[in-house]
Amino acid sequence: MPHSRAATSTDSADAIVVGGGLVGSAVAYGLARRGLNVIVLDEGDVAYRASRGNFGLIWVQSKGCGAPEYQGWTRLSSDDWSGFASELKSETGVDCGHERPGGVQICLTEEELEIRRAMMEQLRRESAERAFDYQMLDRAELKSLVPAVGPQAVGASYTAYDGHANPLYLLRALHAAITQRGGRYVPNARVIDVRPAGTGFAVTAGGHHYRAAKLVLACGLGNKDLAPRIGLNVPVMPVRGQIIVTERLKPLLAIPNITVRQTVEGSIMIGESREEAGFDDATSAEVIKRLADRAVRMFPLLKDVSAVRTWAALRVMSPDGLPIYEQSPDYPDAFVCTCHSGVTLAAAHALHYAGYVADGRLPERLQRFSSARFDVQAAA
Amino acid sequence: MFKPLPDSRAPDVRVIVDGREIMVSADLSVAAAVLAYAGGVTRTTPISGTPRAPYCLMGVCFDCLMEIDGVQNRQACLVPVREGMRIERQSGKRTVSP
Repeated sequence: MPHSRAATSTDSADAIVVGGGLVGSAVAYGLARRGLNVIVLDEGDVAYRASRGNFGLIWVQSKGCGAPEYQGWTRLSSDDWSGFASELKSETGVDCGHERPGGVQICLTEEELEIRRAMMEQLRRESAERAFDYQMLDRAELKSLVPAVGPQAVGASYTAYDGHANPLYLLRALHAAITQRGGRYVPNARVIDVRPAGTGFAVTAGGHHYRAAKLVLACGLGNKDLAPRIGLNVPVMPVRGQIIVTERLKPLLAIPNITVRQTVEGSIMIGESREEAGFDDATSAEVIKRLADRAVRMFPLLKDVSAVRTWAALRVMSPDGLPIYEQSPDYPDAFVCTCHSGVTLAAAHALHYAGYVADGRLPERLQRFSSARFDVQAAA
Repeated sequence: MFKPLPDSRAPDVRVIVDGREIMVSADLSVAAAVLAYAGGVTRTTPISGTPRAPYCLMGVCFDCLMEIDGVQNRQACLVPVREGMRIERQSGKRTVSP
């Protein structure tokens, strides 16, 4: 049934998901595969859309130091990703290009390598439900695993849990899967009002009214403004990342490094910068130069490879970098789901988080991700 | 189909396209020279291997990628021909060897 913008009636569903990026779409797909009728409201081309600018890693080995619950949750998602990608492919025919060849974090100095080793050892020490195993590779071991590394690469950390996918195909697959399961994806629907109404919620977006028994806020940086209206606190901030993509090359890097990976299509992506730049999502020559310089020090043969495009996108960052998962204490059918790892956590959001929303209760394991952790009492 | 402009008086230069020597006007881009004198196909695509010809001729479409003097994936519409230039069709993705 075509959606009429002029309609004055109200559309109803079992659940409304605000946000049609990777986080919202994964949760909406998860709800739809449990039989709920979902509506996804997506803002449009003016939105910041981290899901269209991200790097595409499914990454475990740098996450959750000092936060074992986050390590465990990330690992769960990474372990579930292969099945998740197969499921999406069989439902929609879209191949997300998921691969899990393991991953390396290459170090260019002995000092970097020592810091890395300490971090990996901490992750192993803190691992709980799934034992965390890693290897520190010396230069020769790294060279045999990743022959393209140059003489400045002194070593690397390696785990088998890391991988990557094509984030744009993932988003397309999720949108297709939602629709095929009877859900509705509504573009150009910026939410201008959201409020509790009766036993559910009323949302106004794109000149239209929607109602549902359940509500999930998953609109990235937009969560901050909408959350207080339903009794939630989501203090997220933009953290800019810049990316370079090169021309397509024959296979060169079989294993992704956290800052340099080769896509299945052949391009090399170079990323990993962090800046607090407000809502400015422009690139800067200074950062792009630093990214290129470090990539060439790792892989000298990139020296003559042409960059075809650069861009920047805004990560959705909480004060401690961990996701925020919370059920509204005032309106328990309202939830928030936000993180800066929409690709890595897509499987966990679709296969697990959506189930908790459907059942109406977040489990103990997600208590650690409540925004209550930011409520610090004032000193006397 | 393609004809030189009537006021084109540039002298010819010798270039080698896929091993074959041809004489072309010195004021042409490599893409224009291949269209006019060498069958038009500049590359095959990285994924399906389909042959492609120059399309936009202004540096935007990346369909005219060729190997020019040993450098792969160059946009042939942005490179003027030069005496003795070696031009090869780009076959799929660029190769970079460790």
